[in-house]
Amino acid sequence: MIEVKNITKSFEGRAVLKNISAVFEDGKTNLIIGRSGSGKTVLIKDIIGLLRPDSGQILYDGRDLTQMNKAELKALRKEMGMLFQGSALFDSMTVLENVMFPLDMFSNMSSKERQKRAEFCLDRVNLADAGDLYPSEISGGMMKRAAIARAIALNPKYLFCDEPNSGLDPKTSLVIDDLIHDITVEFKMTTVINTHDMNSVMNIGDSIIFIKEGVKEWEGNKEEVITSKNQALNDFIFASDLFRKVKEVEEEELKEGIKKG
Amino acid sequence: MGEYMILMRKCLTFPDRWSMFFKQLIKEIYKLGVDSLWIVVIISIFIGTVIAIQISLNISSPLIPKFTIGYTTREIILLEFSSSIMALILAGKVGSNIASEIGTMRVTEQIDAMEIMGVNSANFLILPKMVGLMIFIPVLVIFSMFTGIAGGVAASYSSATNMTPAAFEFGLQFYFNQFYVWYSIIKSVVYAFIISSIASYFGYNVKGGALEVGKASTNAVVMSSIMILMADLVLTQIMLT
Repeated sequence: MIEVKNITKSFEGRAVLKNISAVFEDGKTNLIIGRSGSGKTVLIKDIIGLLRPDSGQILYDGRDLTQMNKAELKALRKEMGMLFQGSALFDSMTVLENVMFPLDMFSNMSSKERQKRAEFCLDRVNLADAGDLYPSEISGGMMKRAAIARAIALNPKYLFCDEPNSGLDPKTSLVIDDLIHDITVEFKMTTVINTHDMNSVMNIGDSIIFIKEGVKEWEGNKEEVITSKNQALNDFIFASDLFRKVKEVEEEELKEGIKKG
Repeated sequence: MGEYMILMRKCLTFPDRWSMFFKQLIKEIYKLGVDSLWIVVIISIFIGTVIAIQISLNISSPLIPKFTIGYTTREIILLEFSSSIMALILAGKVGSNIASEIGTMRVTEQIDAMEIMGVNSANFLILPKMVGLMIFIPVLVIFSMFTGIAGGVAASYSSATNMTPAAFEFGLQFYFNQFYVWYSIIKSVVYAFIISSIASYFGYNVKGGALEVGKASTNAVVMSSIMILMADLVLTQIMLT
């Protein structure tokens, strides 16, 4: 479990995160949603330790990241996996070498075991045949899946995903969402996903926090997000015509149901 | 300057995994060193030839012996061309390569990905480049010396110049100071450090996108070139005076 307590972060006097607190639970896909520029990426970078918050605590199963020295942070990072917006696969390595990289750096497995583990991870994301290809030779969706395989290679306790569906078509986005959700449940990880994709919210939002202008405006789950009365959240969610129409249909059905008794 | 020192402190530590370091080192030696051999050889042959021809055309006095052409060509190649001028050329080729490679890794979050894994990205990416170039640059310098002088010898066979191969070869051997070869090699190792560390610094600290990567690459070449010339002056003062 990851607990964020009263996090604030400013850049050149401009407050980007204002006193944010949240709990991200084990075995759940925890979503951080909000408009572009709302502070989602800064929050996730604070949580993973790429940025230092100005104040507040970030507790990984009780261990405070903000108080850790370099060695402790390095040890904690071996428990983390991260899926970046642009996949961040290493261009100079094949897909298999990318997945093997964290194993080569940190595991004490033999060369054969490392390769077997990497192949297992690639197979888990349905990329068993792409191991010998370079990132430039595969599609965006395959790159995301390869990045997920690399992220889970060391069997992390915590998985972070920054905009996992950016640049993907709706169908491939669903595949990626389902994969992240299945892996989270299968390996009992604490997964934190930063997104503004409403399909993801409705598909895998076990727990959701909504951020607006650096402030946590709302929290709940995918069932509650549609029925919420929070104006800022509704403005964000129903900015899409599709979701607005879905809501209208649902409300009409609800009224008719009430009339019929 | 402060940022550069911080990066060097982060970079100059023991690698997390020696096996990975050596794997990277071999790759870098091949990419930065072996792949530069062809340009070093081509440039050295032509410059060696041109130096010999120009000296022969400028030394027309009967009071100056013909072997002076070979002697002067050798001294220019050993003392300055094969180390300093070649380093300026390599700053363009290798320096821009390093800065753009690391810069691209920065803007595409590949360096962040390494950091998240707990890898010391500066050490993993920069140290093999620095060590690789410092190991291989003396090889490039020696190749440059041989091919530059070979170019001069080839020019001495040309009927368009007032040289004779025998006089040229005598000049090449005349008053040979072995220390000049070592002086050149020592200078080149310092230049290798300058090129690889400065280019890495500019690449590692890129912020933005493709445009900034291009700017970083240009800045790396400009700054490396200036530092090479300054180091040339300092090392010459220390080692030859």
